[in-house]
Amino acid sequence: MKMSLVLEARHIEGGYDLGSSFLKAVDDCSLYAYEGEMLGVAGESGCGKSTLAKLIMGLTKPPLRLVKGKSIIDDIDVYKLSWNERKKILWGKVVTMIPQASMNALNPTKKIKDVVFDVVREKYSTPPSKSEILDMAKKRFDEIGLDPVALDMYPIELSGGMKQRAIIAISTLLNPSFLIADEPTSALDVSTQKLLLELLYMLIKRNIVKTLIFISHDIATLRQICDKMCIMYAGKILEISDTEDVINRPLHPYTEKLMESVIPLIPSIRKKTLKGIPGAPPNLLNPPSGCRFHPRCRYAMPLCKEKEPPLREAKKGRFVSCWLHLG
Amino acid sequence: MNMKEEALLRVENLTKIFKTGFLGKGEKIIAVNDVSFFLKKGEVLSLIGESGSGKTTIARLILKLLKPTSGRIYYEDTDIWEISDKAYWRKVQAIFQDPYASFNSFYKVERTLKNVFKLFPDKVSEGEKDKKVHEALEKIGLNPKEVLGKHPFELSGGQMQRLLLARCLIIDPEVIIADEPTSMVDASMRVILLNIFKELSKKADKSIIFITHDISQAFYISDRVLVMYRGRIVENGPVEQILFSPQHPYTKRLISDVPKLHEKFKFTLT
Repeated sequence: MKMSLVLEARHIEGGYDLGSSFLKAVDDCSLYAYEGEMLGVAGESGCGKSTLAKLIMGLTKPPLRLVKGKSIIDDIDVYKLSWNERKKILWGKVVTMIPQASMNALNPTKKIKDVVFDVVREKYSTPPSKSEILDMAKKRFDEIGLDPVALDMYPIELSGGMKQRAIIAISTLLNPSFLIADEPTSALDVSTQKLLLELLYMLIKRNIVKTLIFISHDIATLRQICDKMCIMYAGKILEISDTEDVINRPLHPYTEKLMESVIPLIPSIRKKTLKGIPGAPPNLLNPPSGCRFHPRCRYAMPLCKEKEPPLREAKKGRFVSCWLHLG
Repeated sequence: MNMKEEALLRVENLTKIFKTGFLGKGEKIIAVNDVSFFLKKGEVLSLIGESGSGKTTIARLILKLLKPTSGRIYYEDTDIWEISDKAYWRKVQAIFQDPYASFNSFYKVERTLKNVFKLFPDKVSEGEKDKKVHEALEKIGLNPKEVLGKHPFELSGGQMQRLLLARCLIIDPEVIIADEPTSMVDASMRVILLNIFKELSKKADKSIIFITHDISQAFYISDRVLVMYRGRIVENGPVEQILFSPQHPYTKRLISDVPKLHEKFKFTLT
């Protein structure tokens, strides 16, 4: 069955104006996501994963700027809209982002329902009445397993798990088809983190949102719910494949090293020595020639230094940007 | 042989109560509740627990940064409060969670690193200082040319955490207390740092108290693990024992809820 395309991001290039220079944080990245899909974007700090997410949804607030490329979400060409149009018709209604510190985003002096009113009113020139908004909210709260009584409470009265649900319910209130979660779990303990993963999983399975992009540096977390994974390094996409393939049969040497850096929870681990990746990611103001990973790659060939490998389908459904796999 | 006799550091019935409110008339918070354990020479001991379980308070008590409400800590059978600060800190050093709070932000890295020689009993020549600083930086994978002339705010969290480890390597203490030392480091660099800790214990016979909420990291580097829950130690034993047969519900939950690379959570939608 061919699913419909929810996100079509083509050759995205963008970065930050730093006065005299321009830091290209994302360079020629293309990403597609279909309905019902949960896509994980993994990479280490500074690889451009959050910037890519912002560029995809048109959050180009200076100094961030799009240089080239196109992002189409649910048939809407993001960059054909002005900033104000994006605010009115795109964000919240078509695409929503759950940012990193979102679990503390609720205003402690406001009841949950007042936050809901604010969110909805901001998006409409003639907003629905309070009772209509409340009905919408109750329905959504019900759907994600949070007692609508919470609407009448202050954030302090909610447990951590309830707060999470409230945030997710509020962010999806206007039925966006596409949700981007940017490291939503990074500051949580493992049990709360698991609850959040379950919640995101449910959003897709119950068709509350059509597509989810989950950004994280933690591959073990991503693999819990993502069907596909995209590996980024130094502003580039190096590999996109099904999660199982990426984990068990990585193609790119960087992906391989990244998997080896994950510490498995097995008793014999104490006796083993994991390797890690020596060296550091490149400075994006002055990236290396050819493949950006070549200075740290154990398989580097002369070609890798000279020419940049394109992202191509090396095996069926598996995209990689590496000369080892591109004949 | 008695376990206690070979202990380098011994914590006995340690309790720390914080009082809140004006003149401490408010609530009492028992951060550490009657905790006893020991640390052997060359051993890596992990303290695992969620935030607020008292891990960092124990670290601060061992470092003499806090006075215990009751209980004692012994270093080689001497009460640590009877040892001079300078002598004690030559032996016991720490790497803290927030590296920016550990470095003076007005000083360049070089000055901060060289300041540690003040802890040394004898005067160290400039040449010797340079040599030691360079050796330590190379060990943790930082280029001396790139970092020595910089201020803390010009460096990333990961670089700063590695600098803290470098500082520790220069002092060359007997006991290192590492409190979430890799929290700002990427996975690929994390194992490299953990390997340095492993090496310090196995090759240089250093004792390490490794504090973390990340059970995988703890199991990777430790000989023994203590699990803390609400100020108490609820589990104490070798890694294998705790992984195979955790006793406390908190430990069980911790092990089952940690996301694993080769295993998927099974969510049932209700």
